[in-house]
Amino acid sequence: MQFLDFEKPIEDLNQQLEKLKALAEKNNVDMSASISELETTIDKTRKNLYANLTPWQRVQLSRHPERPYTLYYISQICDKFTELFGDRNVADDKAIVGGFAEIGGEHVMLIGHQKGTNTKQRQLRNFGMANPEGYRKALRLMKIAEKFNRPIVTLIDTPGAFPGLEAEERGQGEAIARNLFEMINLKVPVICIIIGEGASGGALGIGIGDKVVMLENTWYTVISPENCSTILWHSWDFKVKAAEQLKLTSKDMSSFGLVDDVIAEPEGGAHNQPEAMAESLKKYILDTIKTLSKIAPEKRIEQRIEKFSNMGFYEEL
Amino acid sequence: MTWFKRITKGISTDTKEKKEVPDGLWHKCSSCKETYTTDVLVENLFVCPKCQFHNRINAPQYFDILFDDGKFEELFANIAPKDFLQFEDVKPYSARLSAAQRQTGLKDAMTVGVGDVNGKKLVIACMNFNFIGGSMGSVVGEKISRAIDYAIKHKHAFMIISKSGGARMMESAFSLMQMAKTSAKLTQLANAKLPYISLLTDPTTGGVTASFAMLGDINIAEPKALIGFAGPRIIKETIRKDLPAGFQRSEFLVEHGFLDFIVDRHDLKQKLTDTIEWFGTK
Ligand SMILES: [Zn+2]
Repeated sequence: MQFLDFEKPIEDLNQQLEKLKALAEKNNVDMSASISELETTIDKTRKNLYANLTPWQRVQLSRHPERPYTLYYISQICDKFTELFGDRNVADDKAIVGGFAEIGGEHVMLIGHQKGTNTKQRQLRNFGMANPEGYRKALRLMKIAEKFNRPIVTLIDTPGAFPGLEAEERGQGEAIARNLFEMINLKVPVICIIIGEGASGGALGIGIGDKVVMLENTWYTVISPENCSTILWHSWDFKVKAAEQLKLTSKDMSSFGLVDDVIAEPEGGAHNQPEAMAESLKKYILDTIKTLSKIAPEKRIEQRIEKFSNMGFYEEL
Repeated sequence: MTWFKRITKGISTDTKEKKEVPDGLWHKCSSCKETYTTDVLVENLFVCPKCQFHNRINAPQYFDILFDDGKFEELFANIAPKDFLQFEDVKPYSARLSAAQRQTGLKDAMTVGVGDVNGKKLVIACMNFNFIGGSMGSVVGEKISRAIDYAIKHKHAFMIISKSGGARMMESAFSLMQMAKTSAKLTQLANAKLPYISLLTDPTTGGVTASFAMLGDINIAEPKALIGFAGPRIIKETIRKDLPAGFQRSEFLVEHGFLDFIVDRHDLKQKLTDTIEWFGTK
């Protein structure tokens, strides 16, 4: 178990617990009363800590090295999954995966950003930063789903679209723009779920849906707190302040009406109980497909356009 | 030549536009270093007569160049920004807004006008780089949205002149969502079978490139404009290599298939006329 800096109190208590257990075993004495008391204290401490998370702490949680990624959720919630590769043009982008999925009897097209779980994998997945091929592959799969009348689910988790030389040559901007334009008019239900980091155009590029939702401890906005700090404060030191100012948490985003729902995370965050998290995710997807399928396709598109068209704040003088 | 003269006159009588002219009687070209009078520059549509460097201009100059006799009706001028998030970095956003409004005489980074281009109706939404780097906030998105509604209602052709550093961070996720909003509205324009011409000018980067600027029926650009998703500095830091000469310039984008053509500012009005004529809108 890896602990974040703000989880220090839990880490300390956990160490005490380990010691106590070792001591009990070594001396073959029954210390179950003390152990259970300590376990209760840990639970309480965690509950208090997680009840008052700051925006920056949620950003940290969204990037927790043990946080579940798209392929984990696929393994947990899909009865069947066939991965589909390639944009039919340049390459297969490993930072976005997708394919035919069967979830609780529903056939859906499941697409998501994928980060690596170790150094080698992180490089292969380019840290979840997609190139234009990734967005074009995603669009190709969405068009298949539309043709065969299957709902689309996207799982978003990216620190941004990749800022590389080839990405620019192959039209990163155009690839994202095209997805926004096409996703708005998809005739099938589209559910977009931010499962980790929702950074800017790289997230939005697979993020236009009838329901756009965030897991509780994720963030979604136009720029990462670090880059915002660098640009506006001219220093790396204001990321915590930037995270506050950007109002990037699921609670803020839902209060602004920029996301439709928030899916609660288990005690201690998604990484603490990944199976429980996957179960909630599955339930949300299945319930939402049921609700969205009752709406006529033209009506759904109309509502989708209406929703995004109403986003913004301004005065009329 | 008559309309060149009129531009010169217009600028000498309008203080708001006068600010766009480089200070002093003499102008030194930032590209070839040639020096000439500002009158010469203005008459040449802010293009260097020696090296054809296209100096950055804003909505008043484009409208003057493109609309017949410089006549147009400004639309949605009453829409103004609001610091809904009460965002504060080293300065409050509200203070940045009022400073930019004082300096430019504008309310925000987008001006919309409708008028005749050689007798053909065109709705133009033009970004103003002098207003917080032409950054895209809610006002930019809302004005594009209403301009599209107007074009659909009157069956006019539509053009956006992009000139922007990208999203306006001080509006956080609301600025991000303008990408979705403008793209959504453009699908309505497309469904109405009305033309959308996207003109990209120096610079067009970030969220603007990743939404409406790349979604034209035709995407065209002024010569040597910087156009990209990520800025060159960030790319350089990421790949730790020097970038090739001409990287992310208009000519580079034509070469890679992302622009239909490059147009010199002197030819812009005629090219637009021919294009609208081809599309067949009135
Ligand atoms: Zn010059």
